[in-house]
Amino acid sequence: MTSTLSSLETLSPLETLSRPAATTRTVGTWLSRVDAIAKVTGQARYAGEFPLDDLAFGWLVTATVARGSIASIDHASAYAQYGVLAVIDHTNAERLTDPGDATLLQLQDDQVRHWGQVVAMVIAETSEQARSGAEALVVRYQQQEHDVLLAVDHPRIFKPDKVNPAYPAEVSYGDIDEAFAAAAVQLDQWYRTPAEHNNPMEPHACTARWDGQHLTVFDSNQGAYSVRTSLAKLFSLPSDAVRVLSDYVGGGFGSKGTARVPAVLATMASRALDRPVRVSLTRQQMYYLTGYRTPTIQQVRLAADEHGQLQALDHLAYSQTSQILEFAEQTAVMSRMMYASRTLRSSHRLVALDVPTPRWMRAPGEAPGAFALESAMDELAELAGIDPIELRIINEPQVEPGTGRGYSSRNLVGCLRQGALLFGWSERDRRPGVRRDGRWLIGTGVAAGTYPANNAPTTCTIQADPDGTFEVRITASDIGTGARTALGQVAADALQVPIDRLRLRLGDSDFGQAMIAGGSMGTASWSWAIVKAARELRQQLSEHGLGEDGLSVTADTRADVAAATDLVRHSYGAQFAEVRVDEATGEVRIARLVGVFTAGQIVNPIMARSQFIGGMTMGISMALHEESIMDVQFGDYVNHDLAGYHIAAHADVPAIEVSWLAEDDDQTNPSGIKGIGEVGIVGTAAAIANAVWHATGRRQRELPIRPDRVLRNGR
Amino acid sequence: MKQFGYARAESVEQALNTLTSTSSARYLGGGTNLIDLMKLGVLSPDLLVDVRALPLDQITEQPDGSVRIGAAVTNSDLAVDPLIRQRFPAVSQAVLAGASGQLRNVATVGGNLMQQTRCSYFMDVSKPCNRRAPGTGCPARTGEHHNHAILGASEHCIATSPSDLAVPLAAFDAQLVLHGSDGESTVPISEFYRLPGDQPDQLTTVADGTLVVGVLLPASDLAGRSRYRKVRERASYAFAIGSVAAAISVTDGVIGDARLAWGAVAAVPWRARLAERALIGQPASTASFRAAAQAELAHAEPLTGNSYKVELLSNLTVEVLTELVEASA
Repeated sequence: MTSTLSSLETLSPLETLSRPAATTRTVGTWLSRVDAIAKVTGQARYAGEFPLDDLAFGWLVTATVARGSIASIDHASAYAQYGVLAVIDHTNAERLTDPGDATLLQLQDDQVRHWGQVVAMVIAETSEQARSGAEALVVRYQQQEHDVLLAVDHPRIFKPDKVNPAYPAEVSYGDIDEAFAAAAVQLDQWYRTPAEHNNPMEPHACTARWDGQHLTVFDSNQGAYSVRTSLAKLFSLPSDAVRVLSDYVGGGFGSKGTARVPAVLATMASRALDRPVRVSLTRQQMYYLTGYRTPTIQQVRLAADEHGQLQALDHLAYSQTSQILEFAEQTAVMSRMMYASRTLRSSHRLVALDVPTPRWMRAPGEAPGAFALESAMDELAELAGIDPIELRIINEPQVEPGTGRGYSSRNLVGCLRQGALLFGWSERDRRPGVRRDGRWLIGTGVAAGTYPANNAPTTCTIQADPDGTFEVRITASDIGTGARTALGQVAADALQVPIDRLRLRLGDSDFGQAMIAGGSMGTASWSWAIVKAARELRQQLSEHGLGEDGLSVTADTRADVAAATDLVRHSYGAQFAEVRVDEATGEVRIARLVGVFTAGQIVNPIMARSQFIGGMTMGISMALHEESIMDVQFGDYVNHDLAGYHIAAHADVPAIEVSWLAEDDDQTNPSGIKGIGEVGIVGTAAAIANAVWHATGRRQRELPIRPDRVLRNGR
Repeated sequence: MKQFGYARAESVEQALNTLTSTSSARYLGGGTNLIDLMKLGVLSPDLLVDVRALPLDQITEQPDGSVRIGAAVTNSDLAVDPLIRQRFPAVSQAVLAGASGQLRNVATVGGNLMQQTRCSYFMDVSKPCNRRAPGTGCPARTGEHHNHAILGASEHCIATSPSDLAVPLAAFDAQLVLHGSDGESTVPISEFYRLPGDQPDQLTTVADGTLVVGVLLPASDLAGRSRYRKVRERASYAFAIGSVAAAISVTDGVIGDARLAWGAVAAVPWRARLAERALIGQPASTASFRAAAQAELAHAEPLTGNSYKVELLSNLTVEVLTELVEASA
C-alpha cells in the first residue's frame, strides 16, 4: 500500500473547469454534477412536486400530550371547514401489518406514546384546506404523567441485547478495573451530547397513487427499495404491486433511511379516497416524526503507563429510545477498534422514554462517541505530558484489539502526520491559555475519526442498446451527494466507454434490491453491482455480440458480499481546529479547520471534497450550535424549527482545508471504494472542544459549547 | 381556510381609517415577523394594511440637528445611510448585527420596533403563554428560558425584546413619531414599550391602531462615537443573548457623560440609567465600568437557566466601554 498526498487546494475552479474531459478513465477525475443544471433550474422534481390529476392533500394532526390516550376526536369540527374530504384516525384507519418497524404503524390505536405523534389526518382538495381542517379538528386526551428525561440513574435503565445495527451491546477483554487502578496515568470523565435533529433541506413528503391494485408512490427517502418492502408489508400487498420512485431527494442525513410516516399515510389516504394523495411534513413536524440523534451521557475511563501506552479503555454510553421501537445508538462501538489497549470495555445502556423514536443521524454512534473518546484522549495526553498526536500513534493497533482481526487497510497515522504538516502542528506550544489576539484567546486541537466501510447486497441491470449507448438501472439514491455523477463514472470505466454514452437511472424500486444511501455504504455497494454487471455484459458482448434488440445483464452481489473475509473495514480521518474564544462573552469562533482522510478510492474529487467539507461543517454545528431542547413539562423539543434550532451559518464556517491520502484497499470491494458520507463529521467536535481547552485551559465536556457554558465553566 | 383581507394604504390617514374599520387588523411592514406569526397561528388578523408604500422612506436631518427616520425605511437602507453611520454608528452596527441580508432588505424600521418576542412558548400555540393567551400561564419560568429576561420581568412573563435596533435607540433617547386618531405625536422610546407586569400581551403603551410613522434621534455629540456589540450563539443570523449600545466622554481620565442600553435582558430595550449615573465623574477604568454594570445588575432577578447573563452583561459592558475609551484615546 502506498500513500501519497492528493490535495485539491492548489486547483482553482477555473483550472478545474478547463481540465480536458476524461475519455479513458473517469474515476478519480474532476467531473461536475451531471444533474446540476436540472437542479438549479427547477427541472429536477422532488416527491412533493409531482402534479397528478385529481390530487388531494393530507395534513397531519399531532398529539399535544406526551403520554395518554385519545378520548375523542370530533370529525365534524374538521368537516365544517371548506374543502375537507375525509378525516382518518384510529377509529377508521385501515389495519396495518408490522413491517418490523413499529413507528410505521400509524393510527392503529388510541394510545399516545410521545408528543407530536400523529393522531389524525385531514384530507382536503388543497393543502391549505387540509391544514385548516387539521387545525380545526378537536382532539381530547386522557393525559398521563410522562417521563422524558435521560438520566444515568433512571430506574428503568437497561443493557440492550444489541446496538445499531447489530453489534453486541458490550465487548470487553482483560481485567479492566485492575489495569486501571495499577496504571501510572488515569482519566475518568463524563461527557454529554444533546438530542440533535437531522433537518435536511427537503422536508419528508410522499405522493401516492393507486391504479387498480397497483400502488405508485413518489417519496423522499434514502432507499426506494426498502420503502417498497415496508409499504408492501404494511398494506399486505405483493411486492411487485408497489413501485417507489425517488429520483431526486433533498438531503436526509439518515432521517430518510427507511420509510417514514408520509409514505404510510399518503398510501392509506389514497386507498381510502381512491384518488392520489400527497402528505408533506412541516419543518416542525419533522422534529416528532423523522428520527433524530439520541442525547448521550458517556463515561470514559482511560489509563496509560508512563510511556503513554493504554492499559485500560473503558467507554460506557447511555442513550434513550422511545416506547414504540427499541433503537440503541452504537455510541461506544468505535472504542473497540480505535486504539490498542491492554484491557478494554465498551458498553451501552438504554432507557425507553415517552419521546419520539431516535434513529440515524450522520455517523450514528461514531459522531457522539468520538466526541467523548477523542476528548478523553486529549485529556489523557495532557495528564501524561505527551503530544496528543504522539499519544494516538503510540497506541496505533496492528490488529483489532481483543479479536485479533486484521484491518483491510488503515492509515490513521498517515492522516495525523499529513494533517500535522498541513496545519503547522509542530510549532504548537502545548501550554493552554497563553495565546491572545486582542479579546480572543487562541487554541488549537486535534482529534481522530473513523467510520465503517462496509458493503451490502445490491442488484444492477445494464442494457447495451444497438445505437451504442448503455442504460444503467439501479435503485441507488442520490440524496444530494453526487451519487448520480459518481456512479456514472464508475459505470463508464467498468464498461470502458465515454460517460456520455451512458444513461443512468436511479431511485426506482422496480430496479431491484439495493443498499440505501446510508451507513457510508451506498457508493461502495452500488459500484460493486455496477462493476459486476458491466463485467458480465462485456463478457457476453464479446461472446455473443450485441444483436438487433440489444443485450441486458442483471448482476446481484449478494454472494460476493457474503463471501467477504472477516476483516475490519473502515475509513479514517484526522481533524485539526484553530479556535478563538472570548472568555468575557463565551463566544467561540472557528478560525480554521484541516481534515485529512483515507477512504479508499476517491471516485470524484469535487464531490468528495464537498462531502468532507459538509461533514466537517456539520461537525462545527455539532460542536457549537445544534441542540434540541427538551421541555420536561410538556415532553416536547421546544426549539423545533430552524429559528430555534441553530446550525452553523456561513459566518461560522471558516476556510476548511480538506485532503486525502491515496489508499488502495483491494479487500473492501472490487473498486476499492469506501464511503465518505460520514467520516467527515467524526472527530470535528472533539477537535474543536480540545482547541477550546488549549485556548482557555478549561475543558468543555458538554455539547454544544454555548456561550453560557463557556462562561459557567470559566469560573 | 383562514381568510384575510389585504389593503395597500396610499396615505397615513387612509391607513388609519382602513385599520380601524375592522377589529383585528394589523399594519404590514416587511412582514418578516407578522407573516411567520400568522403561519404559526399566533396571530390571525382579518385584514392586513400594507404601509410600505407610504411616503415614510426617507432619512432626513431636521433643522434642530436631529435625524428623522421614516418608518418604512428598510433595515438595509438604514444601516448604510451616511448620516446614520456618521452620527449614530451604534444604530448602523445594531441593524447590521440583526437577521440576514435578505431579511434586512425587506424589514422596515416600523416593523422592527413592533416585532414580537421570539420566546418558544409564545411562538407555539400548543403551549400556554400569558403574552399570547392571557391567563394561560408562563411555562418559560419553569422551562426553557436560557435566553429570557433578567430585568423587569414579572411572574406572568419573562420574554425579551428581540430588536437590536431598539437598543441604541434607547441609549440615545429616541422619540417615536406616532400617528393616531388625534394626529401626529411623539413619545420617548422609554415610555413606548411596556414591561410585562400583569398584562404581558400589551407590547406598547399606545392605543391600538396607532401607526409608527418614524423615529427621531436627537442630536448628540456623544452618539457620534457610539458602539453596539451583540453576543449570540452563532456568528450571524441569531438573536442576541446579550447586547450593549454605549457611548462615553472622557476628559482628563474622568468620565463626563455616558449612554448605556442593553438588549436581550428585558421585555424592553433596557436603558441602564443606574449604570450611567454610576459612571459619571468616575475615572475611566475597568473598575468603574465593572462597578457601574454591577449597580444596574444589582436589580437583576436571574433564573437557573439565564443566570449567566448577569456576568455576560457585566463583562460585555466593561469590554465595550473599554473599547470606546481606547478608540478615542
